[in-house]
Amino acid sequence: MTYFLRRLITIVPVLFIAWTLVFLVLQVIPGDPVNLMLAGRPASEEVRANERKRLGLDRPVLERYVLFLANAAQGDLGESYRTRQPVGTMILEQAGPTLRLALGGLIVGVVVGIVLGILAGMRPNTWIDTTCMMLALAGVSLPSFWIGMLLIYVFGMTLGWAPIVGGGFAALILPSITVGLYIAGGFARLVRSSIIEALNQDYIRTARAKGLGPAKVVLKHALRNAMIPPVTLLGVQIAVLIGGAVVTENVFARPGLGTMLVQAVLSKDLPLVQALVVYTTAAYVIINVAIDMLYGLIDPRIAAGRGA
Amino acid sequence: MSVTAAPAGEPRRRSRRLRTVRRFFRHPGATGAVVVLVLLVVGAIFAPLIAPYDFVATDMLARLKPPSAEHLFGTDLHGRDIFSRMLFGARYSLAVGFATVALALVVGASVGILIGYTGGRVDEWGSRFLDVLLGFPAIVMAILVVAVLGVGLVNVVIAVAISHMPRFARVVRGAVLVTKEQLYVESAQALGASRLRIMARHVFPNIVPTLIVLGTLDLGNAILGTATLSFLGLGAQPPTPEWGAMLNSGREYMRYAPWLMLFPGLALFITVMAVNLLGDRLAQVLDPRAKDRA
Repeated sequence: MTYFLRRLITIVPVLFIAWTLVFLVLQVIPGDPVNLMLAGRPASEEVRANERKRLGLDRPVLERYVLFLANAAQGDLGESYRTRQPVGTMILEQAGPTLRLALGGLIVGVVVGIVLGILAGMRPNTWIDTTCMMLALAGVSLPSFWIGMLLIYVFGMTLGWAPIVGGGFAALILPSITVGLYIAGGFARLVRSSIIEALNQDYIRTARAKGLGPAKVVLKHALRNAMIPPVTLLGVQIAVLIGGAVVTENVFARPGLGTMLVQAVLSKDLPLVQALVVYTTAAYVIINVAIDMLYGLIDPRIAAGRGA
Repeated sequence: MSVTAAPAGEPRRRSRRLRTVRRFFRHPGATGAVVVLVLLVVGAIFAPLIAPYDFVATDMLARLKPPSAEHLFGTDLHGRDIFSRMLFGARYSLAVGFATVALALVVGASVGILIGYTGGRVDEWGSRFLDVLLGFPAIVMAILVVAVLGVGLVNVVIAVAISHMPRFARVVRGAVLVTKEQLYVESAQALGASRLRIMARHVFPNIVPTLIVLGTLDLGNAILGTATLSFLGLGAQPPTPEWGAMLNSGREYMRYAPWLMLFPGLALFITVMAVNLLGDRLAQVLDPRAKDRA
């Protein structure tokens, strides 16, 4: 239990540094926020001054920084320049579609990655291995926006197998594949080397000597022990998932946080950009801590060793 | 890091290099990758000579024409020849990819050597800082940088380089920590060499193979990252024939003119695949451990 607590506390300095960076970066942006907010509409000096006061821009930087950190910790990150809505609410509204897409991509990536990795790892240096690894390499080499467009063209427009618009489950299939292929590539390579290593262990020889079939040996004995490195990679892949969601939402014209981020940057809606980055980093850090805790479930030796 | 035989004479060094090159080409995929990349570079350099049309020349009578003998890859909305545009686009994609990796490598390696060699508190805080930077999803960080610097291809290079820098710094730091403990660094210290001299003359040359492998492994991602930002409308702007920007302008006509998005994407895919194959093979031949650290 102390292990989990200690791991939770490490989140704080990381978020602190990340949010400080975000604050600093956005201070450097050239141009007066009030001008950006007015978006070229004419306004008198008085209106501008009032607006500055309302946004708290007339206060010293240090004060704004402390205020920003305090507000960020409470989840209040101001209002959008463009819509005048609280950015927190805006982000919450759009989080659902992005989470569904990320989950879909993760499932596709993990399933395809494990299948390719096992096939390659069971027969290393054969044509099966070479084929699987070329496919994995193709997965990480495909521009996701391009594969998304191809999927739309082939399965959406030409064959009509999968819908490309709408919010239902079916409309999630093609975007999930788009996000998942990159993850599958990296995952497959790691699963392969993990499986090769696991298959060389003594307990595998024992399992084989007992007369277990190859499928049972791999699935029951090797896979479980081979999953630690790939699960670690999963934590890093969360960042890839978020990036993939940004691009895929754009290609499929889906609503979501990625679409929102690109629009916010193009329209210089700084509070929204700031809030999106703050929430993304928070999500990333928290998910990674959660994955650390997951090790304990996959391999009880770790939790026992660290928890003591 | 392998221990180099002390008096490595010129002929022996050359034969070892030759053996490395031979080993590299034993892999059919790597050979194919090199052929593809050489063709690409040649195509990019001699684009003005090879391209059948001017890449900005519009032809209102030949709009959205499918691929034919006249226009190998078809024409776009303004009747411009896509094959010619792609040849010139190869210049952008390759140059932008190399520039991004070079910038990330120089900055990252400097940071890594500095904190790794200095050690102590600098290393402790520097590493933590790098961890935080690594926590930003690369594309979100790149978009944030573009938000600060503004839209444009040069800014995209800086943005993607910044987002890739922490990985280089971390790997280089690790390599420096190992190198630092070697006897020859200790003897240089004993001889009274300055810190800067030791870093530049003794530590740096020993991490060069790692840097080459890392740089190549990263090049594919850099090309993809910069093309992605251009595709999102944050990088190269039309009429620049950058592949990502071409894909972006082609997507509206996907239903009627799929070749607009087919060929630039295919070129991007083949380029990145070739670069990744090359990186994998280099990693196996030059520095088997670099890949696991990346």
